[in-house]
Amino acid sequence: MSELPMSELVVRDLQRSFGGVQAVGGVSFTLRSGDLLALIGPNGAGKSTCFNLLNGQLRPDSGSVRLDGTELVGLPPRRIWALGVGRTFQITATFASMTVAENVQMVLLSRARRLFGLWRPAAAQFREPALALLDRVGMAAQADRPCGVLAYGDVKRVELAMALASEPAVLLMDEPTAGMAPAERLALMALTAELVRERGLAVLFTEHDMDAVFGHATRVLVLDRGRLIAEGSPEQVRADPRVQSVYLGGEA
Amino acid sequence: MSFLLVQALSGLATAATLFLVSSGLTIVFGVTRIVNFAHGSFYMVGAYAGWSLIERFGGTPAGFWGSVAAAALAMGVLGAAMEIGLLRRLYRSPELFQLLGTFGVVLVVQDLTAWAWGPEDLLGRRAPGLKGSIDILDQPFPLYDLVLIGLGPLVLGLLWLLFNRTRWGTLVRAATQDREMTSALGVDPTRLFTGVLFLGCALAGLGGALQVPREAVTLQMDVAIVVEAFVVVVVGGMGSLTGAFLASLLIGQLQAFGILVFPQITLVIVFLFMAVVLVLRPHGLLGRAEEVPPTAPATVTVPLSAGRHAGVWALALLAVMAAAPLVAGDYALILLTEVVILALFAASLHLLIGLGGLVSFGHAAWFGMGAYGSALLVKHLDAPMPLALAGAPVLAGLGALVAGWFCVRRSGLYFAMLTLAFAQIVWSIAFQWYAVTGGDNGILGVWPSAWAAGKAAYYWLTLALCGGALWLLRRAAFAPFGYALRAGRDSGLRAESVGIDVRRFQWMAFVLAGTAAGLAGGLYAFAKGSVFPTLLAVPQSVDALVMVLMGGIQTIAGPLAGAAVFHLLESEVMSMTDWWRLVLGLIIIALVLVFPKGIVGFLSGFRRRA
Repeated sequence: MSELPMSELVVRDLQRSFGGVQAVGGVSFTLRSGDLLALIGPNGAGKSTCFNLLNGQLRPDSGSVRLDGTELVGLPPRRIWALGVGRTFQITATFASMTVAENVQMVLLSRARRLFGLWRPAAAQFREPALALLDRVGMAAQADRPCGVLAYGDVKRVELAMALASEPAVLLMDEPTAGMAPAERLALMALTAELVRERGLAVLFTEHDMDAVFGHATRVLVLDRGRLIAEGSPEQVRADPRVQSVYLGGEA
Repeated sequence: MSFLLVQALSGLATAATLFLVSSGLTIVFGVTRIVNFAHGSFYMVGAYAGWSLIERFGGTPAGFWGSVAAAALAMGVLGAAMEIGLLRRLYRSPELFQLLGTFGVVLVVQDLTAWAWGPEDLLGRRAPGLKGSIDILDQPFPLYDLVLIGLGPLVLGLLWLLFNRTRWGTLVRAATQDREMTSALGVDPTRLFTGVLFLGCALAGLGGALQVPREAVTLQMDVAIVVEAFVVVVVGGMGSLTGAFLASLLIGQLQAFGILVFPQITLVIVFLFMAVVLVLRPHGLLGRAEEVPPTAPATVTVPLSAGRHAGVWALALLAVMAAAPLVAGDYALILLTEVVILALFAASLHLLIGLGGLVSFGHAAWFGMGAYGSALLVKHLDAPMPLALAGAPVLAGLGALVAGWFCVRRSGLYFAMLTLAFAQIVWSIAFQWYAVTGGDNGILGVWPSAWAAGKAAYYWLTLALCGGALWLLRRAAFAPFGYALRAGRDSGLRAESVGIDVRRFQWMAFVLAGTAAGLAGGLYAFAKGSVFPTLLAVPQSVDALVMVLMGGIQTIAGPLAGAAVFHLLESEVMSMTDWWRLVLGLIIIALVLVFPKGIVGFLSGFRRRA
C-alpha cells in the first residue's frame, strides 16, 4: 500500500448560541486520517449544528477549526470544500434535474475549475472518472438515470460518490444511513469503513442507528445539550454510565 | 417654510392612499403567499364603481361616504370570487404561475372596465362638505386631503384591532406565520383565504373610491398603483402591516419632495430607494427572515435533454427559414423577422427561468435598452446600422451587469420584484427624460443601412444574427456553465458545498441573458424603424414570460415555439378584435391553469403516452 497523505482536523472550543440557547457549547476534538469518528447524542443535542459549523454553513460565536493548520472559521462552504472538507447531508441534496453520472461530473468539473466553460458539452467531460466513482459505491448501473427518481438509499450512495469526487481529506457525513433498510445501512457503513482504510480518509459521521455506530466507528463522541460528555472507543463509550443515563433517560 | 409644510402634508395624503392599497396587498400576501398582480385592478374598478355611485348618490355626505363604502365592499366580493375561481388553484404552483395568472386578470379587467365605462377619463364630483381648502400658514390645503391623512392611521388602527382583538384576525396572523400549523389546528384554510382576499381587495377598492374627488379615473391607474404598492410592500417587509404603513409614509414624502428636486426622475428615486433598502435590509424595513416565501417546490426531475437529432432538426428548420423569402411576401417576411427576434428574446429569458430558476419580471428592460441603445446611437451620433446594432447588446449587457449585481442577491419573489423595479427605472428614464429619449413620442426614423433595407435582406440579417446567438445560448446551456446554473437551482446548498459559487453563475447568466435580449432589441428597433417606452414596460416583460411559458419551461426548443405561436396569435388573432387584452388575459389564465408545461412539454407528454 502506498503512503497516504496524513491530515488532521483540529476543533477547539466551538461555541454557537441561537437567541440565548446554547446549541453547541465548547466542543473540542481532533480528527485524523484513518479515523471513522461517530458523533452521537439524543435529538437536539447539537449534532447538526456542529456539522454546519464545521463546513461553514453557520459561523461559530467562538472557537477554531483548523485543517492541517489552516483556519476554516469564517470561510464560506465552497472555500472549505476546496480546502478538502467534503460533506453529505442529512436530508439528501443532489441535483435532481441531472443524471446520476452528471451529478458526479459536476463535482469533478468544479474541482478542475472548469465550470465556467461555455462551449464544450458538460455531459462528455469527466464521464469516465465519474463512472469509476459510481462503480466504487455500486451505482454504475444506474449512471444514466435521473437523480430525481432514485430510491432513497441510492441517492445516499450517489452523495457519497459526489463527496469522494472532490478527493477530500476530511469527510463529514450527516446521518449517512437515515431512512435506509437495515441491510443497506450495514452495507453503506462497511463501504465507508473500507474507503477510510483505502484512501486514508478522516470521516466524522452522525448516526442514530447504534448498530452502525458500534459496528464500524473507530472512536465515538457523545454530545448532550451542546457539550461533549464522553469520548473514546466504542466499548468505553458503551460502558460509560453518563452515556447510558442520557440514552436511557435517567438522572445524570 | 409653509410651502414645505404643505408639500409634506400632500405627501401624507399620497401616503394614505398608498397605505390603503398596499395594506391589502401585504395582508393577502402574508396569508396566501401570492403576490397579487391584480390588486391594482381592484383599486381601479373600485374607483370606477365609486365614480358611478357617487355620481348618483354622492350629493350628500351620507350618500358620498355610503357610495365609497359600497364600492369597497363590492371589490371585496369580487376579490373573494377571484380567490375561489383562480387563486385557489395556484397556491401550490411556482410563483411564476401565480404572478402570470393574476396578471391575466389585470388584462381581462382592463378590457371589461373599458367595455363598461368607456375609454374616456372620468372626473368625479368633490366630496360634499369637504370641497374647500383651509389655510395652513397662509398656504391653501384641500380639506379632503386632510381627511385622507387622518384615514391612514385610522385604518391601520382598525386593522390592528381586527388582527389582535378578534378570533378571525388571530387566525389570519397565525396563518401568516405558519400555514401548515393553522390547518393542523383544524381551521378550514379555504374559508380563511377567501375572507382574506375579501378584506384585501375591499381595502384596494376603498383606496380607489377615495380617489374619485382627487383625480381623474383612468384605465391606466391599475398597473401604476400596483407597481407602487409592490414597492411599498417590499420596502416595508412582505406581510408586515406596520412596515407597509412606514414605507407608505417614506415613499409619500419621497415623491412629494422628489418632485421639487428632480421633477424628471421621481419614479427613478422611488425604485432606487427600494433597491437600496433591499440590499441593506434584505427582508424590508420591518420584515422578518421567516416571512420570506419559500420558493414553491419547483422540483425538476426531468433531465434537460436536447431531444434526439436536435442538430439535424435545427439545421433543417434553419434551411426552411432561410428559403422563406423565395416564397413569402413582404408582410409574411416582416412577421417572420419579428418572430425570429422574439424567439431570441424569449430564449434569453428562458436561460434565467429554465436553467437558473430565476423568474425575471423585468426582462423587457434589456430588450428595450438594446432597442433604445441602437436608436440613440442613430439619432444622436448618426451611427451607421452595424455600429448601432453592435451597441445594443453592449449597452444592455452593461445595464444587466449593474442590475444583476443587485438582483441575484435575492431569490424567488424578491428577485422578481427587484427585476421589475429595475425595468421600471429604465422605463421611467425613457418615459421622463424627454430631451434625450423623446419621452412618450419615442424615437422615429431608425432605418437599416441601404444594403439591408429590403425586407428579405433584413430578414436574412436577423436570421443570421439571432440564429447565431441562439446557437451560442444553446451551447452554453449544455456546457458546464448551464449545468452549474441548474445545480444552483436544484440545490443551492449542495452546489455551494461542492465549490459552486451560485450567485456568480446567476449574475453571469443575468448578463448573458441581458446581452442576448439587447441584441434582439436592437434588431427590433431597425425592423420597426422606431422605439417607444412600451418596449420597456411591464406588458413587454409579461409577453416574454408568456412566450416562455407557452413553449414550456423545461425544453430548450420551447421558447422558440412559444415566440412563434404568441406572435402569430398577437398579430393575426388579437389584431382582429378590439378586445385583445381580454383574449390575451384569458389565454394566460388558461395556460397557467391547464397547460403548465407549455406546448412543447404538452406535445412530448402526449407522445410519451401514445
